[in-house]
Amino acid sequence: MTEVARSVAIKLRSCSKTFPDGTKALQPLDLDVGAGETLVILGPSGCGKTTTLRIIAGLDEPDPGGKVLFDGEDVTPVPIERRDVGIVFQSYALFPNMSVRENVAYGLRVRRRPAAEQRSRADEMLAMMRIEALADRRIDQLSGGQRQRVALARALAIRPRALLLDEPLTALDAKLRETLRVEIDGLLRRVGITAIYVTHDQAEAMALGDRIVVMEHGRVAQIGSPREIYRAPKSRFVADFIGTMNKLPGRAEAGRFVTAAGSIPWSREAGAAEAAFRPEDARIVPAGPDALRATVTTSFFLGDRTRLVLDVAGTAVTVDSSERAAWTRGEAVHLAVPPQALIDLGDRA
Amino acid sequence: MRGRGIAFHLQLAFTLLLASFLIVPVLASMLAGVTANYLSGVAGGLTLRWLGEVWSGYAGQVVSSLGLGLACLACTLVLGVPAAYVLARRQGHVARMIEELLVMPVAVPGLATALALIVTYGTWGDFRTSWSFILVGHVLFTLPFMVRSVLAVMAAIDLKTLEEGAASLGATFGQRFLGVVLPNARPGIVAGALMVLTLSVGEFNMTWLLHTPLTKTLPVGLADAYASLRLEVASAYTLLFFVMIVPLLVAMQLLSKPLGSGRRQDR
Amino acid sequence: MRARSRDDFRHLLLLLPAGIVFAAFFLVPLGQLFLIGGSGKSGYAGYADILVHPKYLRSLVSTLALAAATTVATLLLSTTAGLFLVRNAFPGRALLVAMLTLPLAFPGVVIGFMVIMLAGRQGLIGDVTQALTGEKLVFAYSMAGLFMGYVYFSVPRTVLTIMASAEKLDPRLEEAARSLGASRLRVLADVILPGLKPALLAAGAICFATAMGAFGTAFTLATRIDVLPMTIYTEFTLQANIAVAAALSFVLGAVTWAALALARTASGATVAAAG
Repeated sequence: MTEVARSVAIKLRSCSKTFPDGTKALQPLDLDVGAGETLVILGPSGCGKTTTLRIIAGLDEPDPGGKVLFDGEDVTPVPIERRDVGIVFQSYALFPNMSVRENVAYGLRVRRRPAAEQRSRADEMLAMMRIEALADRRIDQLSGGQRQRVALARALAIRPRALLLDEPLTALDAKLRETLRVEIDGLLRRVGITAIYVTHDQAEAMALGDRIVVMEHGRVAQIGSPREIYRAPKSRFVADFIGTMNKLPGRAEAGRFVTAAGSIPWSREAGAAEAAFRPEDARIVPAGPDALRATVTTSFFLGDRTRLVLDVAGTAVTVDSSERAAWTRGEAVHLAVPPQALIDLGDRA
Repeated sequence: MRGRGIAFHLQLAFTLLLASFLIVPVLASMLAGVTANYLSGVAGGLTLRWLGEVWSGYAGQVVSSLGLGLACLACTLVLGVPAAYVLARRQGHVARMIEELLVMPVAVPGLATALALIVTYGTWGDFRTSWSFILVGHVLFTLPFMVRSVLAVMAAIDLKTLEEGAASLGATFGQRFLGVVLPNARPGIVAGALMVLTLSVGEFNMTWLLHTPLTKTLPVGLADAYASLRLEVASAYTLLFFVMIVPLLVAMQLLSKPLGSGRRQDR
Repeated sequence: MRARSRDDFRHLLLLLPAGIVFAAFFLVPLGQLFLIGGSGKSGYAGYADILVHPKYLRSLVSTLALAAATTVATLLLSTTAGLFLVRNAFPGRALLVAMLTLPLAFPGVVIGFMVIMLAGRQGLIGDVTQALTGEKLVFAYSMAGLFMGYVYFSVPRTVLTIMASAEKLDPRLEEAARSLGASRLRVLADVILPGLKPALLAAGAICFATAMGAFGTAFTLATRIDVLPMTIYTEFTLQANIAVAAALSFVLGAVTWAALALARTASGATVAAAG
């Protein structure tokens, strides 16, 4: 295994960002990224995720008072060209006036390393990305996926202290995105570099992140492992942004959740409530005391499962079932949700 | 393609007519420059006499014009390329206002600009009578073309991200400017350079007022020739001008084509 | 703000050389021109006198009329040819395009000579009319000759602009209009010309501005053609009437600049003229 990177722990301390026009892109943010960790910053456009990445990279500076620390060293005043971070841009930013190999060697060239070293390092990186054959191509002769690999090779060639990826797969089609996601995941694990990956795609975030930071309106909405974010979203925003979440209005009383369509067990403080649950956690069951009455609105056969949209006392509820049964529209069914799968998103908004 | 009807042929004829309106006088004057007597036509015999006469009388102006064009090109490169870079990187109102101002010398007639220069600097002794007086006018007039041409290319290549990419790899500003910005702006620089040369060599509106008997350019000589010499000599002189300018124009046409089609393939 | 201010400083430094040259040799002289325009017998009222004095007013009006006529004619000719060239593929098309755009950036004096070659005393048009009617048609040394010269000057640039714009038109719009039953003429009026509008405005403005301010062609053809640039030239050189020449120049510059600025706002496109 070739030595690829030095990994640092990255800390942000009260980093906020106000644009010249007065827009507050980022509220004061504290963030800790462990050495070698892959942290995914997830959120809709305009949530501040790219701004955060640009502050870490040194492309933007935080408002006065904010600090960026690499292994405890304050790098806030260090400009990007001396910060030693590899960046993969959404548009790749490959230099059209250079060949693939020249692009990959560029970081060493500006560091005035010997030509032989430039070449061997570039070839080593190209081999790692399995694109040796493309070394002498021009950039405009490459496909999107190939450009992506060149961009990764170029960013890693300088042995960066961290790798920053800004929506690197957004410009690609769905199938390629899937392939490259797996590849990037493998690469990051193998290289063991501290990586910060910005995306708006929750599937990418789930697959790649050791931890995920979900951002909204310039604030962190939640930080946690993919499992925590999915299973225990702390807010309505996180619940909605990641996966599909059903939300059923009703009342909690005496250890049960009561709706107009019947009641199910749920121990929660009494009062008006909204029960949230994932489609795969609900099951279609025979009629019984712990099941809700529902009517089938639509059913989509998806091969490995069937996705049902049910009407539960006027609320649309999505349920995934892997049973080999067929449902027809208008059919009356019963729905059970185990109490441990119910999520409390707080009182109804 | 559909079968071609009368509409097609009418339009073709029209376009041919328009093209001949533009080309026929060019050919006629080239021919006149090498005929012994234009009135009797080619039948009267061809001669290089007029060209020789023009060359012996006006070679100095041809050389001056070329030198002036090159000096003007050097100035617009030094002034215009950095300016275009800043205008490409800056989004704000101030940048757009500066851009608007910089192209003003093209909108304001050369005659007015020349007059303004004369009333302001005309009394500065040596400056008024030197080549640099004309050079200033030419630089003012051609600078917008260089800036526009470079700016157009820079705006099309997402310069900001390319530069950020280079910076993230450790390149200093100088390394970025020379290694990434300039090479990628090359098509714009080359197109702008051809335009500047062409315009400078042919500039008359300003030059006529700015020139002195000792600082005459080719177009000034042409105007003299048209006013006072026989048609054949004037034609020979024009022919000389075409020989200089047409390669530049053809190069500009060739250059603009692969650029256009290349952009299409990208889509 | 450290990186920002470093960038600001760098940008300022790079813009400075062009800025200094521009300010020293364009803004200051133009200001000076304005001052001198107001230094005549009647002071700044001299600017108003231009509009009252029949000689200058006539010159201004005829220049405006000439520029307007040139613009209309050039747009008609160039749109017809440009659209035809974009919408049809045939052998020799590239040559035709090259012929139409070759005179691009010919200087005004040379164009004046081209007009003489066509419509001068020894011109081709004269030869043709003499053969046909026995009478020699010579109009180079008049307003008509100037009009012809300006059209000659503007056609190449305008054809290029219109072709570039026509190539960018979405062919699906035309197909959609035809699928809805529009005739070819309707498609032209409802889809193609509106799509070309920004280009027409931009090219038209350049045409207008050059016809207003060009000097070389008029100079070559005859000193007696009564257009503004010639009037300025005569006032300046023959009458040594510098105040009037300056005032007229300033007004001329303002009119052409305004025409271009107006077109730019209307079309949203970038417009630049050429001498």
